Amino acid sequence: MTTAPVLNRREFLKTGAAGGAALVIAFHVPGSAYAAAEDQEKKPANPLNAWVRITPDNRVTLIVGKSEMGQGAMTALPMILAEELYLDWKQVSVEQAPTNPKIYDHGTGGSGSVAGSWLPLRQAGAAAREMMITAAAQHWNVSRDTCKAQNGGVLHGARKQFLTYGELVEAASRLPLPDFNTLPLKNSDDFTIVGHDRKRFEAAAKSTGAAKFGIDSRTTGMEYAVIARCPVFGGKVAKFDAAKAKAVPGVRDVISIDAVGEGAFTSGGVVVLADNSWAAIQGRKALNITWDEGPNADESSESLRKHFIENAAKPGKIVRNDGDADAALGSASKKIEVVYELPFAPHACMEPMNCTVHIRPDGAEAWVPTQAPQWAQEVIAKVSGLPLEKVNVHTTLMGGGFGRRYQADFVMEAAQVAKATGKPAQVLWTREDDMQHDFYRPASYHKMQGAVDAQGKVAAWKHFQSSTSIAAVWDKNGKDKPEASEFATAAFIPYETPNFRVEYALAHSGVPRAWWRSVEHSSSGFVVETFVDELAAAAGADPLKFRLQLIGDARKIPDFTNPKENKPLDTARLKGVLQLAAEKSEWGKPLPKGVARGIAGYFSFESYTAAVAEVSVEKGQVQIHRIVYAVDCGRPVNPAGVVAQVESAAVYALSAMMKDAITIERGRVKQANFNDYDMPRMKEMPKIEVHVVMSKEDPTGIGEPGLPVVAPAIGNAVFAATGKRLRRLPIQAADLA
Amino acid sequence: MATTFILNGKSQTVDVSPDMPLLWVLRDTLNMTGTKFGCGMALCGACTVHINGEATRSCITTVSSVAGKKVTTIEGLSADGTHPVQQAWIAEDVPQCGYCQSGQIMSAVALLSKKPKPTDADIDDAMSGNICRCGTYQRIRKAIHRAASTPATKAKSA
Repeated sequence: MTTAPVLNRREFLKTGAAGGAALVIAFHVPGSAYAAAEDQEKKPANPLNAWVRITPDNRVTLIVGKSEMGQGAMTALPMILAEELYLDWKQVSVEQAPTNPKIYDHGTGGSGSVAGSWLPLRQAGAAAREMMITAAAQHWNVSRDTCKAQNGGVLHGARKQFLTYGELVEAASRLPLPDFNTLPLKNSDDFTIVGHDRKRFEAAAKSTGAAKFGIDSRTTGMEYAVIARCPVFGGKVAKFDAAKAKAVPGVRDVISIDAVGEGAFTSGGVVVLADNSWAAIQGRKALNITWDEGPNADESSESLRKHFIENAAKPGKIVRNDGDADAALGSASKKIEVVYELPFAPHACMEPMNCTVHIRPDGAEAWVPTQAPQWAQEVIAKVSGLPLEKVNVHTTLMGGGFGRRYQADFVMEAAQVAKATGKPAQVLWTREDDMQHDFYRPASYHKMQGAVDAQGKVAAWKHFQSSTSIAAVWDKNGKDKPEASEFATAAFIPYETPNFRVEYALAHSGVPRAWWRSVEHSSSGFVVETFVDELAAAAGADPLKFRLQLIGDARKIPDFTNPKENKPLDTARLKGVLQLAAEKSEWGKPLPKGVARGIAGYFSFESYTAAVAEVSVEKGQVQIHRIVYAVDCGRPVNPAGVVAQVESAAVYALSAMMKDAITIERGRVKQANFNDYDMPRMKEMPKIEVHVVMSKEDPTGIGEPGLPVVAPAIGNAVFAATGKRLRRLPIQAADLA
Repeated sequence: MATTFILNGKSQTVDVSPDMPLLWVLRDTLNMTGTKFGCGMALCGACTVHINGEATRSCITTVSSVAGKKVTTIEGLSADGTHPVQQAWIAEDVPQCGYCQSGQIMSAVALLSKKPKPTDADIDDAMSGNICRCGTYQRIRKAIHRAASTPATKAKSA
């Protein structure tokens, strides 16, 4: 087997190679606090300082070290702390952590908030609990063994005495930290919070208009700003005339900011500052700007497709090569060769990008809806020239993130504006700005060849992929392999075949790309799970039975793309969700005429998901009646939250499948708002049922894993209903005709 | 130029350009940020308020056009989140990111004031102008049905 070492995204994010830190290396101040925090393993902080705040009147505030973008971190993470602390859940309130990378691992992405916090937060909660018990034992002058934590306090069994944490906290916080490696953790059979549905803390605030998102930040003397950016990626301002803009009532000033490359990827532009957002938007319309469109002005979706096809005509870089796929294809009796295509996709968070910054000579304050507060802090420190600890970044609620808000471009712009004016500034992106200056899910092209032998087994699987890789955006010098984030999932599949070959060719594009909910899995899931369905059809087999047979015996398949991390695919768990989804959807039971089922199963972010879709095609339109999911994400910390995340991922996937594509024309994005890039709406919603496996394995990701199975399950159902195979997303009428 | 309207039951005068959309008057002039900016073209419903009881997209409604009219925003539904529709939203744990929910709730309240017992088709019609990128639609539907079955529901809109 030929192998190539690659980084998966979580490692990417952790090492910072892509998530922000490494980009920041370009202007890293050696020995800065941030570098130090990144470079060494964090020592556990005193939990009574970092994670739990208890006042003498026994009010408990749990600190949330990850950002809340709708995924439920603000509820699930405190549940873990509360469990180990034996808290009464009704006693608990929550608060967003201050930005301090020495204490908190702020980065919120890779479906890793719960998975990555599970052990550290259990340890933090347990440490706080043990300190409370010690403080109580000392107070009563009794043996620790006679004391236990219960219901937000410590009980001394023999004397039936009880002290609340509020009464103990002062003494407890003076105690030395216990050894985190030998801390007793609660027996999972005794869990009363973890594994039990809990409602969101912030649901009420989000139902009354009280919840504050980044865009709702208001501070004294704040100016409202919008920026005119070159519509062509990589272009810049040649010259501009602001006279008419300055004449618009409410406009205060017009300035320009430079593009920033490595570190934040902004395009610079002309900034209109005003009394309010509306005046700023009107002022921008009145600007007279001549753009230097730069080197990408000729790019189009057509030219990119041509590039893909040219790449596919040549051998690619060999990513994986087991056996001899070409020989097996040459001698096979039943073989198929098909092409799948996926376009760029926008994040389109409902809250458009925005950032509010105030840079004073002695310090800076910022309100940022960000998945990467530490990166925002670094960017503002760099622009202001202030030390990191003087930059106070408030992580606000986010109106969606989906990976978009792991970027710092919108922070960089606001910092530049605030630095230039010396006043607080809120930079607002309009919907058009947001749609046309995103970091898109890569466009990709997949040539698939496969063969089925006389026994109905897969004799060969050959996957050629060309894409506008994410890694190529982040590392122009090619230190990180451009294919790293792209081929991983295509080369790591659960299906057994003796002849397996994966090739990759980078496609060049000026369009910015980055992580979009489920990242490469959004493409690989569609391709792999549609192609295996095509092979099942070629073999004349039932799609479910075919998959179960190809997955084979119970075993753990090592992650070929990342052998170091030892996060294998457990075939039994994958088969488990396929069978559960099949059972709950009554796979095989006849449906009304014209309605058919399709299935897909997938492994991503260490979690297992399967979906069965029920569809019909009426008058050339795909109608989705129901999607039945089974998910195994290890121990579900908040099962209600797991269900919500899967429902959400389903609709995100439906959007990219059923609605519009981002297309490029003359180097720019053609779509601008929800009129030409629409979203699924209430009347189009299928019924979504989610069945969660109540596993006792450690928790794994769930924000993203619901997504990759949707498009293939629907496409496979369309095939079952009509015999038409969907190989391009979004669905095109011609493919149903 | 001064414009006066009734905002959440109280007279409100603002001195702004008459063509300024109500959305920005609420958010930037009056700092009432519960009403959200989503698209600026009446495509997403995030900015929905009631004008004389009708669900209206405030992003394309000029402030001059509401002179003398009754404007209700999410903040005006109840002082403390006790409006039956808000209660139903909390009970069904509807919000995820929550950004669109002010607009969703305002559309739902307007629907219930006209049709106290809406069918699924009524809900589809009334709510399809409101985008939720987190896909909370089926919970919104449940919450509307729940609010409709709450005896106290008298969807009030000032």
